[in-house]
Amino acid sequence: MQPFRTHKGRVAPLYRANVDTDQIIPKQFLKRIERTGFGEFLFFDWCRASDGKPDPSFVLNDPRYRGSSVLIVGKNFGCGSSREHAVWALEDFGFRVLIAPSFADIFANNCVKNGVLTVVLSEDEVCEIARKAAELPNYEIGVDLEQRKVHDEHGFSATFPIDEFTRQCLLEGLDDIGLTLQHESDIAAYEARRSRPVT
Amino acid sequence: MAEKFTLFDKIWNEHVVCVPAGRLPLLYIDLHLVHEVTSPQAFEGLRVAGRKVRQPQRTVATVDHNIPTEPRGTPITDPIAARQIQTLQQNCKDFGVPLFDMDSSDQGIVHVIGPELGLTQPGMTIVCGDSHTSTHGAFGALAFGIGTSEVEHVLATQCLPQRKPKTMQIDVRGRLGEGVSAKDLALGVIGQIGIDGATGHVIEYTGEAVRGLSMESRMTLCNMSIEAGARAAMIAPDETTFAYVKSRRFAPRERDWDEAVARWRALASDPGAQYDAVAEIDASQLAPFVTWGTNPGMIAPVDGCIPELRDLKMDADRPAVERMLEYMGLEPGTRIEDISVDRVFIGSCTNARLEDLRAAARVAKGHRVAPKVRAMVVPGSQAVKRAAEQEGLHKIFQESGFEWRESGCSMCLGMNPDILQPGERCASTSNRNFEGRQGRGGRTHLVSPMMAAAAAIAGHFTDIRNWRFR
Repeated sequence: MQPFRTHKGRVAPLYRANVDTDQIIPKQFLKRIERTGFGEFLFFDWCRASDGKPDPSFVLNDPRYRGSSVLIVGKNFGCGSSREHAVWALEDFGFRVLIAPSFADIFANNCVKNGVLTVVLSEDEVCEIARKAAELPNYEIGVDLEQRKVHDEHGFSATFPIDEFTRQCLLEGLDDIGLTLQHESDIAAYEARRSRPVT
Repeated sequence: MAEKFTLFDKIWNEHVVCVPAGRLPLLYIDLHLVHEVTSPQAFEGLRVAGRKVRQPQRTVATVDHNIPTEPRGTPITDPIAARQIQTLQQNCKDFGVPLFDMDSSDQGIVHVIGPELGLTQPGMTIVCGDSHTSTHGAFGALAFGIGTSEVEHVLATQCLPQRKPKTMQIDVRGRLGEGVSAKDLALGVIGQIGIDGATGHVIEYTGEAVRGLSMESRMTLCNMSIEAGARAAMIAPDETTFAYVKSRRFAPRERDWDEAVARWRALASDPGAQYDAVAEIDASQLAPFVTWGTNPGMIAPVDGCIPELRDLKMDADRPAVERMLEYMGLEPGTRIEDISVDRVFIGSCTNARLEDLRAAARVAKGHRVAPKVRAMVVPGSQAVKRAAEQEGLHKIFQESGFEWRESGCSMCLGMNPDILQPGERCASTSNRNFEGRQGRGGRTHLVSPMMAAAAAIAGHFTDIRNWRFR
C-alpha cells in the first residue's frame, strides 16, 4: 500500500448525501477479477446521459475539475454494498482524499486498505469547502495526516479525528496482514483452545 | 456487583486473540463465507505474497451473485461472468476451500445456505465479503460484511484487526399485526432511525415482537440492518434458534449438542447490561410498507401517500427528494395503491426462504398475475427450491403466472441477466432500491413477499390486509 503523509490537490464537489456504492461503481463492472482499471467506470451512470454520451452537467465531466484528487461528498458516503471496487474506482480515477460529514463503515475500512484518506469534518466545514470548490477556479486543499489537518490558501483550516492505528497504517503504508502474522503464536494458542472447525 | 455484559460483549470478548500495543484488537473469525464476486482479488493477493488459506475448514464458498437463474446447465453467455465463476472454482481447488458449486444440491445465496446447512451457529464470529452478512446475527452470532482486502486478511490469518463497535438496543414492543411481516418491521426500523442511524453500531433486537419471530423472519430483520448503516445486528439465541439449528448437517451432535446449547443459553445479554444507544419501536403501529424513493428509509404505509414536499422535516432534504421522485417517475401526494408495477421479483437473501415463498404462494393461490406484469420467484437456495416443490408451491406460482426459477441473487442486484429495463417499475422483496440497482433506469419498490405477490396479481400496490385469500 502506498504511504500517505501529506497531499495537496484540486477539489471536486459532489455534495450529495447518502451516495451508495452502487452509484460509485455499478454492478456490471464487478465481474472483473482484477484490482485495477476501475477508474473509467467511476460513477458510470451519473457520468452518462441516457443516450450513453458524457453528461456535461456531471461534476467529473466538468473540465474545471479535471485532475482532481480531493472529492467533497455528503454524509453517509459509500453506504450499501461492501464492494471494495468502489474504492478501487475512486483511487484509480485519481482520488487520494475524500472529505465528508460521515462515511459508511465498510466503505471507510476499504479506503484505509487502499491508502485513500477519509477526512470527517463538520457539515458546515464540508459545506464551506464544497462552496469554494464550486466558486473558486483551481481551488485546492492541503492535507497533513501527521498533524491531522486540512487547510486551503483562503484561510480555511480544520483538524480532523482519526484513530491512531489507522493513522499509522496510512503514514507507513503498512501491510496489515504482515502485522497480524507477527502474532502467529497468539493465533495458534487461541486455535488450540477453541472448538473444532465448522466443516 | 458483577459486571454486566451484552450479547455482543460476550461474543467479542470470547474472540479477542490479543490486543497488540498501539493497535486494534485482533478478532478471531470462526466462519468465513466466500462468493465469486468479492474474492478473486483476495485469492490473487495470497498467491502474490506466497500465503495459504490458514483455515480452509473454517471457510466455505458458493456461487450466487452472477449465476443465471435459468435451468441449470444453461451455458453462461456472459464470458466475464463465466470467467469469474471459473476463477472461484480454481481458487477453491488450489487453496483447499470447500465449494458448493453451480451443480451442487446445496448451492444457494451465501446467507441462505449458511444457516440451512447449520454452518451458522450462535456465539460465532462470521464474516463474508458481502454487506448482508448481518443476516447471520439472527442466530446470536456476530456477523458482518467486509471488503476484499479484509477477505484476504481473513483467508491468510483467520483474524481481523477490528475497532470495537458501539452497541445499540432496538426494543420492539407489542406484536406485529396481521399482514405485517418482518420485512415491514425492518423497513419501519430504517424509516425511524434513518439509513445511517446505526452507523458504527451493532444492533441487538429485543422485545416481545422479536421473540415471537421465526428464524426466517429474524434473518429478514437482521439482513436489512445494514440498510440502517449497522455494522451488524443480533438477536439472542433461544428455543426457536436451537430448534432451527438442531440436526442440520454441520450442527453439533449428541453430547456436543448438549454442551453447545448450554453455552449458547449463556449468551443472552445480562439483565441491566448497558448499550451505547437505545431505540424503541411499537410493532403494533406498523403497516405493510412500500418504499417510494431511492434509499430504503423512504417508506410509506401501503394505505398512505408519497409525502408532499412541504411536509418534509428539513428543507435540506428537498433537492434530494425531488431528485428521487424524478428518478422514480412519481409525484408528491400520489396514493401508494395507485402506483402500478411492470415487474415483480420475489427473491434475495432478504426474502427467499421457505417461509417467504409460502407467504407469497398463499396470496397467489387461485389468482392470476395481471396481464402486463412479469413476475418471477427465485428461491434462495436449491434446498429451499426442493422443499417448496415438495409442498407444491411451484405449482401454485406457475398456475398463477409466476416464473419459477433456479436459486441465486438474481434481480436483487442484477449481475446476472435478470434485470429491469429503463423506466420499468418493480415490486421487489429485495433489500435495496438504489438508483439502477436492478438495472439502469429501473424503479424499485421494496415490499414484503405477500405485498409483492399481491402487487403482481392486482397490477398495482394493494393492501394485503384486505386481500381475498382463496
